[in-house]
Amino acid sequence: MKYRAMIDSVGHYVPKKIVNNFDLEKKTDTNDEWIKTRTGMFERHYVDDTEAASDLAFKATENAIYSSNTTTKQDIDMIIVATVTSDHPFPATACILQKRLGLKDIPAFDICAGCSGFIYALDIAKQYIENGIAKTILVVGVEILSQLINWADRGTNILFGDGAGAAIITRTPSNCISHIIDSKITADGTDWELLLQVAGGSRIPASPDSIRKNAHTIYMEGNKIFKLAVRAMSGVTAEVLKRNNVSTKDIDWVVPHQANLRIIESVAEKLNIPMSRMIVTIDKFANTSSASVPITISVALKQNMIKRGDMVVLTAFGAGLTFGTVLLRY
Amino acid sequence: MDITTKVKELIKEKLNVDENEIVPAARFIEDLGADSLDTVELIMKFEEEFDMEIPETEADKLRTVQEAIDYIEKNLK
Repeated sequence: MKYRAMIDSVGHYVPKKIVNNFDLEKKTDTNDEWIKTRTGMFERHYVDDTEAASDLAFKATENAIYSSNTTTKQDIDMIIVATVTSDHPFPATACILQKRLGLKDIPAFDICAGCSGFIYALDIAKQYIENGIAKTILVVGVEILSQLINWADRGTNILFGDGAGAAIITRTPSNCISHIIDSKITADGTDWELLLQVAGGSRIPASPDSIRKNAHTIYMEGNKIFKLAVRAMSGVTAEVLKRNNVSTKDIDWVVPHQANLRIIESVAEKLNIPMSRMIVTIDKFANTSSASVPITISVALKQNMIKRGDMVVLTAFGAGLTFGTVLLRY
Repeated sequence: MDITTKVKELIKEKLNVDENEIVPAARFIEDLGADSLDTVELIMKFEEEFDMEIPETEADKLRTVQEAIDYIEKNLK
């Protein structure tokens, strides 16, 4: 390892339209109390029909650059976008974002790791910074899940929101304590069928039949995912802490993927970390998949929760099933 | 602490119900007010406390206090 990587700045953007639990009561068979006790959610943001993933990603990137003291747009030498809801099946949303940013001759690509996407992208960015190939990497998590909701499934139709979070990852200056200490990304494909968008890929291409069957929406077996999610996030986090000789007492903040408040509570309990150190934004944004971790970091920075020098854990799990943890000194 | 007492304690803690309600025939969902996630969380508590793995197919069959106690007693390492 030649260099160390750090998070230079983070920004987020969510679409204007807010849909709360009471709005959903009017649209589908659900109620505020049911949603709150099972998920901890209250509001989520939905795009209108003029916005796609790259639009949200662009605005989140602008906010991240604005928040940085040192980085300008022209410094960016790689773009990684984590998403399962790209503007088009191809090209990569990262390339569309690259054009919007007016950047040329740098690598730009998407990665698909479900809700763990931002953690995966951060792990990749870390490698490129550490080996000296890149100096300033834009990592974006963006999702437009409101378009994938199966309104006939009351178990999942309340869970998802839209949004984007962007982070600028830079080479750590020699006099700075901020750096990504360690990260681990992993996957277990055994149970991939528990969480997926059924149609629209090469297995079941779009057809009148797939549309009729409502197969272009999110399918999830929530109760099974719940248990796997708790085990995955607490397990990989414990492993990363252990191999760095970091005790849970040393952790200032945990930013978990915002899928369900009760998953977050169970992870906290398993890791023996008080809920006061788990950062929760699920009530405001619901589950925004790969955007949830960077949005939550961005909100925590704006609220002066996370400060420079704090020991922070980021952890997520998602479709695949993928999961991972990043340990860093902010 | 014997298994029955421990199981009842975990149920009381998780579902926040009165001890008197936790009778052998009490059903988690219908009688003790558990929602679908509570039952998953309860199974996870049992697994942790008794250091055992309860497969999904078996977990779905554990609907009452006594069924849970019987399963744990039978399958405890």
